[in-house]
Amino acid sequence: MADQNFIENDEPLLVAKSLSKSFGRIHACRDVSFSLYPGEVLAIVGESGSGKSTLLQMLSGQLAPSAGQVSYRMRDGVTRDLASLGEAERRFLFRTDWGFVHQDPAQGLRMAVSAGANVGERLMAVGWNHYGRIRDTASDWLTRVEIDTARIDDAPRTYSGGMRQRLQIARNLVTEPRLVFMDEPTGGLDVSVQARLLDLLRSLVAELNLAVVIVTHDLAVARLLSHRVMVMKGGRVIETGLTDQVLDDPREPYTQLLVSSILPP
Amino acid sequence: MTAMIDIADAGKTFTMHLQGGIELPVVRGVTFQVNPGECVVLSGPSGAGKSSILKMIFGNYRCDSGRIGIRHRGKVVDLATAEPRQVLNIRRSTIGYVSQFLRAVPRVATIDVVAEPLIVNGMSRADAQARAGELLHRLNIPERLWQLPPATFSGGEQQRVNIARGFISDLPILLLDEPTASLDAANRAVVVELVAEKKRQGVAMVAIVHDDEIRHLIADRIVDVTSFAAAA
Repeated sequence: MADQNFIENDEPLLVAKSLSKSFGRIHACRDVSFSLYPGEVLAIVGESGSGKSTLLQMLSGQLAPSAGQVSYRMRDGVTRDLASLGEAERRFLFRTDWGFVHQDPAQGLRMAVSAGANVGERLMAVGWNHYGRIRDTASDWLTRVEIDTARIDDAPRTYSGGMRQRLQIARNLVTEPRLVFMDEPTGGLDVSVQARLLDLLRSLVAELNLAVVIVTHDLAVARLLSHRVMVMKGGRVIETGLTDQVLDDPREPYTQLLVSSILPP
Repeated sequence: MTAMIDIADAGKTFTMHLQGGIELPVVRGVTFQVNPGECVVLSGPSGAGKSSILKMIFGNYRCDSGRIGIRHRGKVVDLATAEPRQVLNIRRSTIGYVSQFLRAVPRVATIDVVAEPLIVNGMSRADAQARAGELLHRLNIPERLWQLPPATFSGGEQQRVNIARGFISDLPILLLDEPTASLDAANRAVVVELVAEKKRQGVAMVAIVHDDEIRHLIADRIVDVTSFAAAA
């Protein structure tokens, strides 16, 4: 059972240690440390320019930190420093054990090839070569993300924004990753589409026991999806804790401002 | 007897930074214990801090001083200083909370809203749904509503769904925040019965109840929250 793992597995999956990043004289991210456990969903919240996207880029090995390190426990149980991985190893990690859901689905999908190929491509990258099985698995995943399988041969550029985002999620989850990074996954969608996507994400994350680092400026998204939250401001983590605790009993002035700025439902 | 909840000298103050840093003391010196099979009712006027104390025991509000000892899997854990992961584990297997209002989850059917706490702890979906159905029956939620999300239900129906969800699991501690507030007499009687059953199973409960008659029926002991008043 998924949640049993969460209780008993006491070794972190991802550890960030004193991560900092400067661009010239600008300190985008300063001294961030935390551990993420299997099945745990961590939300990073804060306004634009708070450093949350820079942090996500470093955590996912796409940006080298100016100081500090990120380590990850690989599927073989060995914990490795991301900086010590070769380019091929890093790419393999990205294709298998990690997922990355971009705010703009066009960044995470190939817009001109079919939906089926978008999902199947990740399977081929990890060595699947039986066309029938790839197509069956792809069509299975389209169903799981509530896309009509009659659309499997259509390219995502013919899809609506919400469908594209669900397809991007299917493409990421098909290899059964243990960790998924999400950058404002509901950002560009209108409200009704957002609710459906959040609900879908919430059940998939629980079912697959996924660890997730999700960057969002929307506290409602953080409340619905995450176990823990880190509030960032000016490149620093200013408050962290259990999501409902930070949102219902915020301690820092900036967090109180964020929470008080939400319109009542 | 070993207490399930052992609160010693706990205190809570809100600092309102947006209002010029006003300090809003809520409670101080909160001290009481709850034993297995016992229902302690918190009493005191509105604003005395009853709900805040429940939220502190659930880890929803942080505790500024003192300790909140919770017996979790045979060991005492201080919730006031526990790590987030530990608080989540305690909520999953030790403390349940029946809030006043259902936090509606969009699109999830009523039967699954109620069954979820059992599924999370490893029960099969079919068994969990069967138990959820029994409870919904007892709380007079007609079967034709079970497949609908509770978001569109009346206030009383939502509260009964919430109660079913809170009472379904076998957690050793239950916190009840006005569980009968918007219920009719028949359903209030069902809640009284459910509380009595939990007591027989050895569950430790802390409740807030405004209705004198219900309080009389479920309370083994009353803790007067005004004695913890912080404003002085």
